[in-house]
Amino acid sequence: MSLTGTDTRNVLLATLGFGVCALLPFADTGYWLGLGVTIAMFTALATSWALFSGPTHYISLATAAFFGVGTYVTGLGIETLPFWALVGLAGLIGAGLAALVGLATLRLSGVYFVIFTLGLAELVRQVITWVQNNTGQKGLYVLTDLDEAGIYWWLLGLCAAVFLTGWLIGRSRLGFALRIIGDDEIVAAHSGINTARAKILLFMVPGAVAAMTGAILAPRYVYIEPSLAFAPILSFQVVIMALLGGASRLWGPVVGVIPFTFLLETVSSNFPNQTTLVIGVAFLVIVYLLPNGFVGLLDKVLHRTKANEVT
Amino acid sequence: MDILITGILLGGTYALIAMGLNLQYGVARIMNLANGEVLVAGGYFAFIAYTSTQLSPVLTIFVVAPIAFGLNWLIYVLMLQPLVSRAKNRGQLERDSILATFGLSFIGVGLMLSFFGGDYFSYSFLAVPVELLGNTYGANRVLSFVMAVVICGALYLWLNRSRAGLAIRAIATAPASARLVGIDVKNLSALAFALGGAVTAVGGALISTYLTLDASTGVVFTLKALIIVIMGGVGDVRGTIVAALLLGVLETVVASLLDPGLTLAAAYVMFLGILLFRPQGLFGKKVT
Repeated sequence: MSLTGTDTRNVLLATLGFGVCALLPFADTGYWLGLGVTIAMFTALATSWALFSGPTHYISLATAAFFGVGTYVTGLGIETLPFWALVGLAGLIGAGLAALVGLATLRLSGVYFVIFTLGLAELVRQVITWVQNNTGQKGLYVLTDLDEAGIYWWLLGLCAAVFLTGWLIGRSRLGFALRIIGDDEIVAAHSGINTARAKILLFMVPGAVAAMTGAILAPRYVYIEPSLAFAPILSFQVVIMALLGGASRLWGPVVGVIPFTFLLETVSSNFPNQTTLVIGVAFLVIVYLLPNGFVGLLDKVLHRTKANEVT
Repeated sequence: MDILITGILLGGTYALIAMGLNLQYGVARIMNLANGEVLVAGGYFAFIAYTSTQLSPVLTIFVVAPIAFGLNWLIYVLMLQPLVSRAKNRGQLERDSILATFGLSFIGVGLMLSFFGGDYFSYSFLAVPVELLGNTYGANRVLSFVMAVVICGALYLWLNRSRAGLAIRAIATAPASARLVGIDVKNLSALAFALGGAVTAVGGALISTYLTLDASTGVVFTLKALIIVIMGGVGDVRGTIVAALLLGVLETVVASLLDPGLTLAAAYVMFLGILLFRPQGLFGKKVT
């Protein structure tokens, strides 16, 4: 594996960017750090989501399910295992679950996948509630000495891992296979690519990342109950942010995460009942105005200026 | 026996809702994820009509149906047809329509939340016991079932006996070829979408007589309708009815023997079985 000049430059820039972001807790530990945690969380979720949905064009709504499973891993294991082990364990369980969901649905057309993931969070929530009712357990307390800054650094580390994974996948045989699948699945199948296997492997990435994000954020909730951990709205927010930014580039989703987080923050503090309406409008904006996200818009503008320079 | 009949009664209304979705997906090729919100809106309408003017839900549906028809027709022509014309292939249309109808679904929930608030709503209509085969059931459930059977039957006859029905079935089977034999695919798709919306809204008005709804329950019904449509086979009326009855019975079995909180899990088990063993639907032919 060799790095070209651009690669080295990108790696340096990314490292610098993460370094600057990591300094945030020293500047402010109140409102802005809270916002930073939200942005870091959605960056990890949306970027890993786009890793799968960008090339395959499948819309996954399973984020909330994996996220909830992750919070429960921390909730159940915090008394017995160290935190870092729980995050790793959540990642493994998330990847395993994603593989199961993928095995059931990704061999078939995309519609089945969307429908299956749409209800997945609700399904897991029902099952956990049922188990809790039958064992007499209610919620879980997660008490750690991890503070907001600690959570923020954990999430930032996860983001870095996601970017690195995405970059490595892009350079690998799997990434190449996925680009062909994205262009034309029939062609991909005819040229000897095991399309189902490639898709399932790739789907395990957002599964693992979402579960790890949930595991990291569990201490922030302190008290975990099913309706909180498996809030389906999370899946939709991730879809909107990733598509708003653009799922075709590794850095695309971040461009959507930041403005949308601010927008939701403003709306929910001023008009708390209108968040669903905002999410609805955001979907329509994506479909009708920004089909390729901000990245697509940028590409178009750049393309136009380049064309103008030539003529 | 008791469970079986309750399940069939529930399945009848499910069949009606799923028929609505099947018309929209099978003919107009729009995977309408805002279907559940149309249902809840129909329920709200019946609720308001009954509590304010004592209008019986059986009569309300004659008002609900034209309104829902008109609204859905507008939605199709204004918002979804542009997506159909710009789509380069089936996959892109599916993706676009899923995202657009998600948007509509959230807007629907948001509007209903701001108008009616987030409370559950229910009213007592015909809550008198009726005796069937030795057990008693709510008269409202039985009435809803009868209405659902009548409407499903009418739709079935219309699709299989009338000229417009034939054209609609042709579109469902082969949209590209339908155009070649002089079928107005564009207008009939709009018609089918609007009709599907009307059927769903009527289903909502009927279901509100015996189930408690709130502004955000729509998605659960959307999910159930989707599972039924896939299980029964896209565009297959007979399959839809069988699948709806099966789901109704299975849900009632799980709710009464295991736990009422696990009904969605029951639907998922069925869905998973279909995905693994018969992805082409109950009566579908195997695609090679």
